[in-house]
Amino acid sequence: MKQALLMFGCWLALWSTPTVAETDTTSSYDDLLMALTEADLNATQPILEKIEATGHPEVLSLFQTLLDGNLHFRKADQVLLSIVDVNGTDQYTEFQSGTAIEPLGRRDVSKIRVNNNLRNFLSSAIGRLQLRSSEPDLRSAAVLSLLTTLDAATADDLAELRREESNRTVLSSIDLALAMYSARSANTVAAQITAIDTLSDRLQPEARNLLFDLERNADNPAVREAATAALKKIDGKVTFYGYVDQLFFGLSLGSVLLLAAIGLAITFGVMGVINMAHGEMLMLGAYTTYVVQLLMPGFINYSLWVAIPAAFIVAGLFGILIERCVIRFLHGRPLETLLATFGISLILQQLVRTVFSPLNRRVAAPDWMSGSLEINPVLSLTYNRLTILIFALIVFVALLVIMKKTALGLYVRAVSQNRDMAKAMGIKTDRVDALTFGLGSGIAGIGGVALSQLTNVGPNLGQAYIIDSFMVVVFGGVGNLLGTLVAAFTLGIANKFLEPVTGTVLASILVLVFIILFIQKRPKGLFPQRGRAAE
Amino acid sequence: MTLKPILQGLSFAVASTVLSTAAIAEDPIKVGVLHSLSGTMAISETTLKDTVLMMVEQQNEAGGLLGRPLEAVVVDPASNWPLFAEKARELLTQEEVDVIFGSWTSVSRKSVLPVLEELNGLMFYPVQYEGEESSKNVFYTGAAPNQQAIPAVDYLRNELGVERWVLAGTDYVYPRTTNKILEAYLMDLGVAEEDIMINYTPFSHSDWQSIVSDIKTFGSAGKKTAVVSTINGDANVPFYKELGNQGVSSADIPVIAFSVGEEELSGFDTSPLVGHLAAWNYFQSVDADVNYDFIDMWHAYIGDEDRVTNDPMEATYIGFKMWVQAVEQAGTTDVDAVEQAMIGQTVANLSGGTAVMNRNHHLSKPVLIGEIQDDGQFEIVWQTAGVVPGDAWSDYLPGSKMLLADWSAPLKCGNYNTETGTCSGTVY
Repeated sequence: MKQALLMFGCWLALWSTPTVAETDTTSSYDDLLMALTEADLNATQPILEKIEATGHPEVLSLFQTLLDGNLHFRKADQVLLSIVDVNGTDQYTEFQSGTAIEPLGRRDVSKIRVNNNLRNFLSSAIGRLQLRSSEPDLRSAAVLSLLTTLDAATADDLAELRREESNRTVLSSIDLALAMYSARSANTVAAQITAIDTLSDRLQPEARNLLFDLERNADNPAVREAATAALKKIDGKVTFYGYVDQLFFGLSLGSVLLLAAIGLAITFGVMGVINMAHGEMLMLGAYTTYVVQLLMPGFINYSLWVAIPAAFIVAGLFGILIERCVIRFLHGRPLETLLATFGISLILQQLVRTVFSPLNRRVAAPDWMSGSLEINPVLSLTYNRLTILIFALIVFVALLVIMKKTALGLYVRAVSQNRDMAKAMGIKTDRVDALTFGLGSGIAGIGGVALSQLTNVGPNLGQAYIIDSFMVVVFGGVGNLLGTLVAAFTLGIANKFLEPVTGTVLASILVLVFIILFIQKRPKGLFPQRGRAAE
Repeated sequence: MTLKPILQGLSFAVASTVLSTAAIAEDPIKVGVLHSLSGTMAISETTLKDTVLMMVEQQNEAGGLLGRPLEAVVVDPASNWPLFAEKARELLTQEEVDVIFGSWTSVSRKSVLPVLEELNGLMFYPVQYEGEESSKNVFYTGAAPNQQAIPAVDYLRNELGVERWVLAGTDYVYPRTTNKILEAYLMDLGVAEEDIMINYTPFSHSDWQSIVSDIKTFGSAGKKTAVVSTINGDANVPFYKELGNQGVSSADIPVIAFSVGEEELSGFDTSPLVGHLAAWNYFQSVDADVNYDFIDMWHAYIGDEDRVTNDPMEATYIGFKMWVQAVEQAGTTDVDAVEQAMIGQTVANLSGGTAVMNRNHHLSKPVLIGEIQDDGQFEIVWQTAGVVPGDAWSDYLPGSKMLLADWSAPLKCGNYNTETGTCSGTVY
């Protein structure tokens, strides 16, 4: 209590001194802040406009705090507070004085609310205030935030800034903003048309929106024609990049299918075990990622590097266990294997339901996998998909190397081609079987780590991918790793090019029908195994 | 550790059991809870099970109902729609419950309906839905389309100036009917057909890349565009992740969701989603003492300060309170008596105003629009002036605008045709 009183005293001193000393602008700034705490959402923008007009040095930080949703006020005395979440605890600061205070209950503070309109206003106001920032990135972002709201005064300001600007990115943003401004409101038709020509090289959606608007509503037919021509030029590029985008989506879906199926390509493809529990190996990998993140809460960005080997080991051990306890007794009895592994899949699902609850678990994405690589305004590749595409290829190559270049790979191929002969040559077939199944399951676990970044981690995760996995392996040709790769990417790309035309549901149906027909024609898939061993 | 506290606790437990059996000599009143505790809908429905259990516990602490204790019977239909019907039958015939609180998806409600009507059960359905239904045996405490979808579209048109619409939904009855109503409504308002894009995806859909990219393309045609999302269940998580990753900001293309509340958002980082919208009859951020009391009660019950409250919880809360009042008024748990006593019951909304159970078995409630904040809560940016009565049969569909539901005497009909003056009897 004493402390609070003391703080109140300090605050009073801080509050009263400047008001006495300074001029009217400051006091009206204070009045405006007071009005801000009383205004409802519709009345807020005029007040913010007045606050911006005062040119008070605090305006930028005020607007930033407001935009971040951290500006509150104490209900008792309407003093503005900034409440910032620092590592899970709220830190309360008096906004104007900057003094930290004790946290208050939620009934004692009220938030200064912003909606989308206000957020637009705030970000363009912050843009106006940051035009002269020393960071080129901030300057460029500031200009871009002004694109649609540019008025005559700011346009003049920009033209002036352009003369002093040396950074190329910022220059290009300023040119775009000025071109958009003159296309909209230049005095002469010629100037408008020149500006429209400049815009025809730009892909920014704001520029396109403006051109659409001009094409429809401009008074002068020449301007309308210029807009149509510019749009045609832009649309050509947009369509092209649209295809590039779709191709990327297809590759990305393909990489997910590859990761899901590649483990199965070993257990089903090479060993010939119809493993219905394969999906659950993916699920185990995903849950391992979740547990690893729980164990290292402060290091989300590095947790995936730990999760990859951990998932391989966990899923691999489960695989070996299943092979030793069940599958080895069922050699050459596919129907029993199918039923047994299906049972195992149900057991594993129920196991995670009991251990982790039936609810989906949240796996955080590391920072370096969020957001997207912006190649141009209409083509951006999301980092998570890009990472997973590269990761899938790395896993594939690693597996290929294991199968072709190591002793284990040689044994595996030997055993799968002719078990008895391999045994006669002194290969411990039992051990090789267990290791192979462990390898396939472990690789599936790694796939699960990747899937945890894309989809919900829950007990049903495996169910969603088991059909796809079998589809890919069968389509690619049983026993052929390269076939799995080609099949995964073919199906991914086909799916993504069909999707915009037919819709998601129909696209998957069409792909399935295609595979059925294809298998009728070539029962052994894209790349059938040749030679006596395949018989 | 000494024996004394244990003995004390034991004797207290014994005493209280004896006391309660003495006070409440009769059989318990059974309350069935029919919510998925596993599968794709578990993310949403588990909370509602806990809400019912909390309300039951609270009612028991207050002395039970009609001098009898309440007993909750929980079953898990596992997001498996036909299993809902089986579990409902189990509740009504084997457990002989007096009332059921349950269901989330419309397809599960539709699967339960024939069982309820056959066995004359009573169910409270706490979720916003597509309307076009009014059963004697069901009370709908969630929003009908005119209490959620229509006001949401009005908000987007009037306040944000939206002219182009993406109607994205999960492929089942609720999104399809809601989108049919919205499409008819938008067409009535003069929106051209090429300005409406409709897209359906399966449950648990996870690969949203091309759909989000399509939405981006559709939204860059010079007119303000918004997405009206009836995507349900855990598919929302990858959908919003993809929106964030592809940089679709609420300033360019706002997404308004009808199935995404605080609970769904508590699963992930909402900072890329700030400003996207949701329409509900309740938000946890409602600044009212009755709401804070409810939140405190919830936190005390669940033992976790981080758990959120949401609209279907409020609907469960209102439904439960109304049922208690109706049972007290009727003096029995007999379904027909309670059903008649329910009509006209009032309970204070957590979001302001008073909820009234209307004669069509739907509530009158206020409609709120909220924007997602970076802490996973919603900022209320708009709300209706008063309460809006729920409309069972949409006025915007040609097949249902002449239909009327009125379960009070003398009409007692779920789909009275005002043109022909007949009651067809089938209510769904």
